[in-house]
Amino acid sequence: MKSKAIKQSSQIKSTRHFWWLFLLPVTAAFCIGFVWPFIQGIYLSFCKFKTVSSAKFVGLSNYASAFADESFQHSFWYTALTAIVCLVLINVIAFAVAYALTQGIKGSNIFRTIFFAPNLIGGIVLGYIWSMIFDGILQQYGTSVVLETKYGFWGLIILMCWQQIGYMMIIYIAGIQAVPEDMIEAAKIDGATKAQTLFKVIIPNVMPSITICTFLSLTNGFKLFDQNLALTGGLPYEQLADGSTINTTEMMALNIYNTFYSGTGASRGVAQAKAVIFFILVAAMGLAQLSYTRKREVQQ
Amino acid sequence: MANQQPQTLASEARHKKILTIVFTIICVIWVLPVVCVAINSFKLNTFVKTETFALPTEESFAGWSNFITGMTFGNYPFWSAFGYSALITVLSTALILVCCSMAAWYIARVDSKFCKVIYTLCIFSMVVPFQMVMFTLSKTADTLKLNTPWTIPIVYLGFGAGLAIFMFVGFVKSIPLEIEEAAAIDGCGPVRTFFLVVLPMLKPTLISVGILEIMWVWNDYLLPYLVLDINQYRTIPIQIQYLKGSYGTVDLGATMAIILMAIIPVIVFYLSCQKYIIKGVAAGAVKG
Repeated sequence: MKSKAIKQSSQIKSTRHFWWLFLLPVTAAFCIGFVWPFIQGIYLSFCKFKTVSSAKFVGLSNYASAFADESFQHSFWYTALTAIVCLVLINVIAFAVAYALTQGIKGSNIFRTIFFAPNLIGGIVLGYIWSMIFDGILQQYGTSVVLETKYGFWGLIILMCWQQIGYMMIIYIAGIQAVPEDMIEAAKIDGATKAQTLFKVIIPNVMPSITICTFLSLTNGFKLFDQNLALTGGLPYEQLADGSTINTTEMMALNIYNTFYSGTGASRGVAQAKAVIFFILVAAMGLAQLSYTRKREVQQ
Repeated sequence: MANQQPQTLASEARHKKILTIVFTIICVIWVLPVVCVAINSFKLNTFVKTETFALPTEESFAGWSNFITGMTFGNYPFWSAFGYSALITVLSTALILVCCSMAAWYIARVDSKFCKVIYTLCIFSMVVPFQMVMFTLSKTADTLKLNTPWTIPIVYLGFGAGLAIFMFVGFVKSIPLEIEEAAAIDGCGPVRTFFLVVLPMLKPTLISVGILEIMWVWNDYLLPYLVLDINQYRTIPIQIQYLKGSYGTVDLGATMAIILMAIIPVIVFYLSCQKYIIKGVAAGAVKG
């Protein structure tokens, strides 16, 4: 098979001559759109700066300020709470819907189409649709979604459920349909009840889908920005004992954005440090998911 | 199945009927928010807040006036925002599909050290949240004059390359090499091999990636908001956020009219290629 190896390598060699055509455009854009901003971002998190050219190295003090910032701490806990409540609600409901829609009931395809539809609407538009609806309800009680933290919180949860249940449902349906039919049939012959079949046969077999959806809803929850901005924009304010204010429904991404762009831009170094912390948090979850899915691919 | 008692079969059929009815009701509730937008886009501004869930009455009916106001709302024509959104989405998606499929094929076939580095970086970029690079990226794009709708696709190509390359490389690796060898023996160079032999085989992945990119770029708010010159160029999400965000008293009726106009093309798109959209989304589920 030596001749084949030579043939192959000469083919690869001639492909290599075209690196400028195949690889260069993406590599150049990738450097502009990701690599350079990323490296610069890491560097700037150690600097005090208003514009990139006025950066002055200050060591770790930005990180110290970021960790000491109460609004940032608050946004972390608020984000974690939102993400976890979303995760549980979305996945439980999405799985239940997916299970029901794979039982061969009439109209399954239409239901699936409708449930998935909100996923195509952008975050900003979603936020304003729901802020109109919530305010329409709440104004009868003389309040609004931006006036009370609990309404802002549950409002965002309802919005996220509406948007994401359809998406997770699609992944679960694919998972459930991949469970071998004869396995379910065998369980039935052995006298398993419907509940036993569900918990002992179907759920263990769709574990990969469950893991993917769990990670997805967790990272989606943490990265949430558009919906948060459009629904409440972080409102209402709350005054702290030391006179500073925090936005009670502000999530991490919005907190970083506000630190960057509101006011005079004096705390951009701190904002960049917050962004690095945020990146490490999200990347850890993302890499855990990737390594999991890749391991699964190897096993298959 | 034959030994099953007819009674259980009958009760199962009844259960299924009940489920169908329950889901029909849930689906009606599911589309209510959009119906609500449609209803309110025909109401006078003052009635949107007080009678959100009522149908327009003679008193509150606004006719097409909200849509007419919405067209020029905030001294920015809605059709410009629509046009720029469409332009950016089409250009970016096309650029990503062409460039990333080419790069992915090169990476999968040549497999040099440099290729491995690029591929690893691409996977890495998938888990980086936009907030990490938003400030430096918008400054870089400004310096390089990538702040117009005709050049912003390059930024999208750079920031969105990760997922596309990841999906394309996965697919290219599953294509048997023999086909390309045969093409080479028949006298095809690498360029012709790629465009005439490989690209047609990539079609399912091209559709999946295309759908994902269209959905991302069309709905994206923060990247174009930070990169584009807002006074000249706005996309639909920017325009909507601008109207709501910058005015003390918002014309809610006109906002709903704009939102309705923004949603209708999405619904048309969804209904016309629903099968591909659902498939593409399921395929992109690996993204973190």
